[in-house]
Amino acid sequence: MKARGTKRWLLAALAAAFVISYFSPHYNRYYLGVAMDVGIAIIMAVSLNLINGYTGQFSLGHAGFMAVGGFTAAKLTLVTSDAMFPVSLVFGGLMAAITGLIVGVPSLRLRGDYLAIVTLGFGEIIRVIFQNSQAFGAATGLTGIPRLTTIFWVWGAAAVTVYVVTSMVNSTYGRGFICVHDDEVAASAIGVNPTRYKVTAFVTGAFFAGVAGALYAHQKSVMQPDGFGFIRSIDFVVMVILGGMGRTGGVIAAAVVLTLLPEFLRQFASYRMIIYSLLIIGLMMARPQGLFSVGKKTTASV
Amino acid sequence: MNWFLQQSINGLALGSIYALIALGYTMVYGVLRFINFAHSDVMMLGAFAAYFLAPPMAKVFSAQSYSGALAVMVLSAAICAIIGILIEILAYRPLRRRPKLTVLITAIGVSLFIEYTCQHQSVFGAATRPFPKLIPERDFQFGGLSVNSSDIGVLIVTALLLAGMWWIVQRTRVGVAMRAVSFNERAAALMGVNINRIISFTFGLGSALAAVAGVFFSMRAQGIEPLMGVQPGLRAFTAAVVGGIGNLPGAALGGILLGLLETFAGGVPGLSNYRDGISFAILILILLFKPAGLLGKAQVEKV
Repeated sequence: MKARGTKRWLLAALAAAFVISYFSPHYNRYYLGVAMDVGIAIIMAVSLNLINGYTGQFSLGHAGFMAVGGFTAAKLTLVTSDAMFPVSLVFGGLMAAITGLIVGVPSLRLRGDYLAIVTLGFGEIIRVIFQNSQAFGAATGLTGIPRLTTIFWVWGAAAVTVYVVTSMVNSTYGRGFICVHDDEVAASAIGVNPTRYKVTAFVTGAFFAGVAGALYAHQKSVMQPDGFGFIRSIDFVVMVILGGMGRTGGVIAAAVVLTLLPEFLRQFASYRMIIYSLLIIGLMMARPQGLFSVGKKTTASV
Repeated sequence: MNWFLQQSINGLALGSIYALIALGYTMVYGVLRFINFAHSDVMMLGAFAAYFLAPPMAKVFSAQSYSGALAVMVLSAAICAIIGILIEILAYRPLRRRPKLTVLITAIGVSLFIEYTCQHQSVFGAATRPFPKLIPERDFQFGGLSVNSSDIGVLIVTALLLAGMWWIVQRTRVGVAMRAVSFNERAAALMGVNINRIISFTFGLGSALAAVAGVFFSMRAQGIEPLMGVQPGLRAFTAAVVGGIGNLPGAALGGILLGLLETFAGGVPGLSNYRDGISFAILILILLFKPAGLLGKAQVEKV
């Protein structure tokens, strides 16, 4: 994706989301639901790509931030009113970003598998905290959340996410992310502070994951802590890697394909998840550089 | 004081199981430098192998006998060793020269494949099944302490297996070869080490240990089901990292530490609900102060 004209793309995408949303009562509810799932997956995958792909920090706890955003936003809507929905979205994102800061500052000094295990651990801790806090409904979670998420909000948020991540990475400042990814020692030698860049990527990623969680909560109307464990995080990691680490276009395509795939496989009912896992193995053997990576790479492979 | 000793024994028993699984993670990491996510599912397969082997073995030996339990365990370990070797040959060997992340995702794919296949109704089904009693259940009393026979079993077997592992790695030719491959694969190949055979051996050994852990885990659990490996697998993986991944004594130490922490946290009223979180929180604290794990060596990056 080119840096030039991204603002125009953003406006076009927002307008398209609005128009589609306007006609949404005429569409099949099932397709609308799937379309929203796809949008949320895009937000999650693109925001994780900023951390895992561009900055090269292997995080396994992205679903934890989604849970923070979802629970706090849903709670805010429930205690205030439906009109607060847009505020709730931002609030969920901010709470997730704050959590990201708390998690990121100490743990981003670690590398590779150690960082992966710490983020995984934080994801599990977040899940356990929600499971035990009465304010968020403990193990049963929150129910009866008003269904306020529309296709406009989902695709609008997805467009904003893509715009922000793309603009960040292509800015002068954002080159630092790729620099940290390629070589931390060289980065600090030329005055790029690796920890600061890593934390920035982490907090930004967490913010959008929180927004995605908020959208999810107001779409499904229920939030259960069990749904945001390690397996969920893995889903998004697979999207990022299949899309070709650090390529926003590829990651979007992977998010779309991997969300639609189980739906297309629905007719095979009980075999669909078996086929899904075999496809992941097959794709890794056939196209390890990512399913959709064409053209020149902008970052070195890990 | 009694409470403390009682919890220590429970924690040691649980920790021994984690240690056995963690050894498999850390050994595979040692030779191939990636985390084998399918390892926890091999442990689950070990438990199911024992589930199906227990009735015929009860006929051959007498029911709930130590010899029968031993036979079940050895056979399950052998089955899992074969499964582990097959996984490596089919899924990981074709990717040997690829980036590690590719192998990692493949491992996640293999793990999901095993889990979903086993959950299918024509395989094991998703329901929880009661695990048969393999050894006579008895509580031994030691001055106010009550120790279950399966706890004693797991402690003895783990001690023997850890000693056996140390002997294999430090004192045999194949152990020397394993360490050589771990240290420098190319140099080991030039010295005449058959890399493929050593990697197969490592997978077989790790999977056999996982099977033993699976049998012991099932003895203490409510029942067995295809996703039973996920949580203990996560703990064991954590244990391997805490101990310093790639380091065998570290994995054993990490496993026992995690088992103790979890048991003590579970015994404190008010904390028990947070048990799963506490072990991870302490893990994170350890890693923040010892970023390479307890026994791992910090690597200096050369420019």
